[in-house]
Amino acid sequence: MLEIKNLHCDLEEDSEVKILKGLSLTVNPGEVHAIMGPNGSGKSTLSYVLSGRDGYEVTEGSAMLDGADLLEMEPEERAAAGLFLAFQYPVEIPGVGNMTFLRTAVNAQRKARGEEELSAGEFLKLLRAKAKELQIDADMLKRPVNVGFSGGEKKRNEILQMAMLEPRMCILDETDSGLDVDAMKLVSDGVNALRAKDRAFLVITHYQRLLNHIKPDFVHIMHDGRIIKSGGPELALEVEENGYGDLLAEAGV
Amino acid sequence: MMPRAKLKAQKVEAAETLLAERALPGGGAWLRRAREAARARLVEMGLPSKRDEYWRYTDPRRLTALEAEAGKLHDTQGEAPVFDGFDRLKIVFVDGVFDADASDALAMEGVEICPLADAAGMDLHWARDLYGALEARGQAPVERPLASLNTAYATEGLLIRITGKPAKPISLIYQRSDQQADAILHHVIRVEDGAEATVLENGPMASRFNQVMEVDIAEGAVLHHIRAQGRDHERAGAAHLFVRLGAEAQLKSFTLTANGALIRNEAVIWLDGADGSAHIAGATVGDGAFHHDDTVFVNHAAPRCESRQVFKKVLRHGAVGVFQGKILVDQVAQLTDGYQISQSLLLDEDAQFLAKPELEIYADDVKCSHGSTSGEIDPSQLFYLRARGLPEDQAKMLLVLAFLAEALEEIADPAYADDLRDRLEAWLKRRG
Ligand SMILES: Nc1ncnc2c1ncn2[C@@H]1O[C@H](COP(=O)(O)OP(=O)(O)O)[C@@H](O)[C@H]1O
Ligand SMILES: [Mg+2]
Repeated sequence: MLEIKNLHCDLEEDSEVKILKGLSLTVNPGEVHAIMGPNGSGKSTLSYVLSGRDGYEVTEGSAMLDGADLLEMEPEERAAAGLFLAFQYPVEIPGVGNMTFLRTAVNAQRKARGEEELSAGEFLKLLRAKAKELQIDADMLKRPVNVGFSGGEKKRNEILQMAMLEPRMCILDETDSGLDVDAMKLVSDGVNALRAKDRAFLVITHYQRLLNHIKPDFVHIMHDGRIIKSGGPELALEVEENGYGDLLAEAGV
Repeated sequence: MMPRAKLKAQKVEAAETLLAERALPGGGAWLRRAREAARARLVEMGLPSKRDEYWRYTDPRRLTALEAEAGKLHDTQGEAPVFDGFDRLKIVFVDGVFDADASDALAMEGVEICPLADAAGMDLHWARDLYGALEARGQAPVERPLASLNTAYATEGLLIRITGKPAKPISLIYQRSDQQADAILHHVIRVEDGAEATVLENGPMASRFNQVMEVDIAEGAVLHHIRAQGRDHERAGAAHLFVRLGAEAQLKSFTLTANGALIRNEAVIWLDGADGSAHIAGATVGDGAFHHDDTVFVNHAAPRCESRQVFKKVLRHGAVGVFQGKILVDQVAQLTDGYQISQSLLLDEDAQFLAKPELEIYADDVKCSHGSTSGEIDPSQLFYLRARGLPEDQAKMLLVLAFLAEALEEIADPAYADDLRDRLEAWLKRRG
């Protein structure tokens, strides 16, 4: 589904700053991949480059979603094609109601795919059901997007968006950061509920604990802009026990 | 810099030239006296000049020129005017002249309405204590000569006395028919003790307009004022709003301004009684040859009053926005709560926002804050919306409306706010 080959990127404003340095990764439908790595290894940059944020220049390599060249698409086209990024730092948008935002987003994607827009009634029914599972109350839906939300509320709100948009390729960037145990459970239940044969996940995390809840099929260790080791879930446990030091030394970095 | 005395002499000469050809309109003694006094004030002050500190950001020449410039009539392309769907008492002015045939009967429970032209013939009128009186008071701390010009020469306008709680809003509709019309309108509104009403204003008014609205809100009374200055591009005009509030009185005034070559909206508000509350807000959208100036003065002259100023401007393609806002807190006005925010969203590098916020405080136990910002669309907000599937244009429009929302929220009745929001959205869509 997602095929990244030898991806290189640097900062648009300063091409001396190279961030991704030859990253390759293939994710098939139904799989859950975890990317772990120390701060600054380029995990968030990878998620931004895939979702189309300005500020990065891809100098080499490719990223394809279902055979289509992601890097050629506008961010909204990538979203309509089924890519979703749960942001490490969800953005606050004063003046835009959370519910209005969700409805606009759902219908914009449907329109882009040539599907009929949801009526207000259909949308509300769907939203109520999904919000309830994530324990998001009516007040949070009425408030402006992410404004005044706690860290945990912001992350739950990201998962709500994901549940409403039903993307096929979900990237979660440090969705566990800032979550207490209960919130972590809610968020992972939300993610697990979405697991499906034709949907894949790329779970970026710094810590192993999220992976106790969202069980990955593959774990990749990222350092300095590339993947230095890949393996099964046991790799995450190794990080948990020994930190990144041994793995990095083993890879000769 | 030109010496003060010389500038003053030039301004006075300009006023005398303007007045030389114009005889004061007639009227009952009460009105004649007010006109003569206003004329004398004007000659004493002279006409405003670009060299005045107070007109530093806005060139008044189009407003003071002997002749009004012609302005094309706008093709509305069938779009219904704002407030169209609301049940209201409609009062129509065409090119600044009251049109009785196009208006509803000026009768409604809880309010007395009399055209200025009719009242002019009367020997006595309740408005005599107000007509020109609030304007005269508004000449300090800075001079507002255009308002005196208005008091002296206005023959059109309404004298509105609100005695109860009228069931419908009083809706003043300003239409145009003549490309060259030069309108002077003067309204006086008195809201009696405990009364409450909504006054709506909309329409382009005239190619050039000079409007004064003097408002006296008595103890415990409430006035909602919602104004939409649309839509014709080539207009120039100045509007002065003078409001005096008694104890526990409330004012909520909102203005939407779209288009217009040169618009200066001044508001002068005195909180004269304890526990009064005055909110004044504005949302402005300007595209191209557009200069819009909000100049606001709020005087806290009694204890425990609250005031809010919320002004938002969206500008592009060379449009210029100005905000001058001052809060003056007198020594007696302890426990004042004053707030002022002015913000602009510049959609490109050609647009310009000039702001001059001021606080002057003589009481020691007050809470006052002001802020002014100027920025562009936040790229991280834009990306967030696009990453959720909103096309770039739609995402930008949502962010522009979100920016203006804080000003629209100052309107108490959300039905009006929604109507104005829809107008703004249509305006943004038309301009792509
Ligand atoms: N917009 C940017 N400006 C400057 N440096 C950046 C920018 N984005 C990323 N970087 C740099 O790239 C590296 C990788 O950052 P990031 O992708 O956030 O890593 P991670 O998410 O793994 O912690 C860091 O050294 C960071 O400072
Ligand atoms: Mg990161």
